[in-house]
Amino acid sequence: MSTLTAPVVRRHRRRTGTAWLHTVVGILLVAVMLFPVYWMVNASLAPAGNSLNTGWLPLDPDFSGYSRALADQGQNLLTSLIVAIGACLLSLVIAAPCAYALAQFRIRGTAVLLFVVLTSQMIPGIVIANALYTVYTPLGMINSIPGLILADASQGIPFAILIMRAYLETFPTTIVEAARIDGCGHLRAFWSVVLPVSRNSLITAGIFSFLFAWSDFLMALTLTTGETIRPVTLGLYTYIGTNDTDWSAVMSTAVLSSLPAVILMVIAQKYVAAGATGGAVK
Amino acid sequence: MTAQRIDRRRSRRRDLMVRYAFVLPAALYMLAFFGYPIVKNLVMSFQAYDFSTFFNGRAPFVGFENYAATLSDPIFVRALTNTGLFTIGSIVGQFVLGLGLALYFRRRFPLSGLLRSLLLLPWLLPMIVSAAVWRWILEQDNGALNRFLEGIGLISDPIPWLNSSDTALVAVIIVNIWLGIPFNVVLLYSGLQAIPEEIYEAGALDGATGARSFAHLTLPLLRPVVSVVLLLGVIYTIKVLDLIIGLTGGGPANATQTLATRSYEMSFVEFDFGQGAALSNILIVIALAFSIVYLRANARAAKNG
Repeated sequence: MSTLTAPVVRRHRRRTGTAWLHTVVGILLVAVMLFPVYWMVNASLAPAGNSLNTGWLPLDPDFSGYSRALADQGQNLLTSLIVAIGACLLSLVIAAPCAYALAQFRIRGTAVLLFVVLTSQMIPGIVIANALYTVYTPLGMINSIPGLILADASQGIPFAILIMRAYLETFPTTIVEAARIDGCGHLRAFWSVVLPVSRNSLITAGIFSFLFAWSDFLMALTLTTGETIRPVTLGLYTYIGTNDTDWSAVMSTAVLSSLPAVILMVIAQKYVAAGATGGAVK
Repeated sequence: MTAQRIDRRRSRRRDLMVRYAFVLPAALYMLAFFGYPIVKNLVMSFQAYDFSTFFNGRAPFVGFENYAATLSDPIFVRALTNTGLFTIGSIVGQFVLGLGLALYFRRRFPLSGLLRSLLLLPWLLPMIVSAAVWRWILEQDNGALNRFLEGIGLISDPIPWLNSSDTALVAVIIVNIWLGIPFNVVLLYSGLQAIPEEIYEAGALDGATGARSFAHLTLPLLRPVVSVVLLLGVIYTIKVLDLIIGLTGGGPANATQTLATRSYEMSFVEFDFGQGAALSNILIVIALAFSIVYLRANARAAKNG
């Protein structure tokens, strides 16, 4: 028996050996790709000043960059958070019923609306910004949170509609029909049957709508002018624009601005992965 | 009988109205935040719409003056060329490296799933964060890249990556390639996963292994996904603005100016919304041309897949 299994074991061992070798190379590839992220964290822990020579490792971490970043950008972080949550909620409220109708109702005009939603993602943001500025100015919506929420949702809404529609297309109509026969109205059926079942696609759509608004730079750049309402992306930009750049404070702000993406990637990996492929190929 | 029929018709009409109510908010939003801006841009591009317009509300129509001014501007030619170079350079780099990584991660090995999801990170970070980090990495005197290249003896003098008009566009393209790799890996990897293993087994029996199986099996089967990835890449890349504004602001001396950044500059720095709109309309036409090709390719991929 031993003479029979020995080569098999050896082959198996060799195979796990190469597999682990692949893992090592894979880790190296990811390390190269993520070096800029590491470098951001490393530089954020360097002493204040324009960091003449950051070490390759943060052996002596200094948190003064973070305290300066929080003092300068704390308010902007809060603005970004409010805008992103607002844009996320607005996107879901507008997109969810629409996605359901596009997937399940046979009504006129849905094909046109779907085409509009698809092509809207290809419209350059600067086109929207150009026009919104000319409308927001007389309406007094420059430098306003609602103005930013509405503008930032322009990325979340089409994306959320497409993601949720793709899911609801596969949703069996019989479930809704059963609820309808039991006397549920459309709204009731949508609220208590469709939404709970499409929880996963709702979460994916919400995560991306939040991240789009959190990451927005163009609307912040064009639709705000002062310091009172300033999302952190714009705060970061004005930070690097100054002549005497304090890189540890800049990188601390960059780290703080990256936190939502990192946190969501860790706690909601499944949904993030679903959104990454779902947005492009339907 | 008639009363009953009217009743039924009424309830059907009510039902139809409820159904339309589901799409109404989205339709209104799309109209206000996409339809209106597109029309407004079109109208503005034929108007003298500048700083004074915001005070006196006057924006006289000037015909094709804005387009004529835009097209005869030497910076426009520069921006158009840069947009082309930026797009082609980014797409080729992202695709080649993305496909390489996707093929690598196709092998089964421990932790591959975790490593693959870590690769997504650059794509999820706000673009302006990436711009800030790369500005620091590419910094002339203390940037990590120059220190590394000097350390291994590849260069003796630090390269002013973002500050020289010879290197700035290349540097911006490199950063954009880095940003786009995750997106390419995700889509190409899912495309590779969709190719059934049996095809390779059958191919191996016919002698198709290694490079031959890649050329004769993987590439042809991956083609629908490849065309979607490339076209979406083009559509996303020609409108990139955050990254360039954050890295170079279009400079030095317009070396990294693209149609998108120039349109921004025209409207919001020079306050000539007429010319800014004309430029962004040219950008829309280019983006829509690729979008139509994309939607066709996507429909074809859906039909075949």
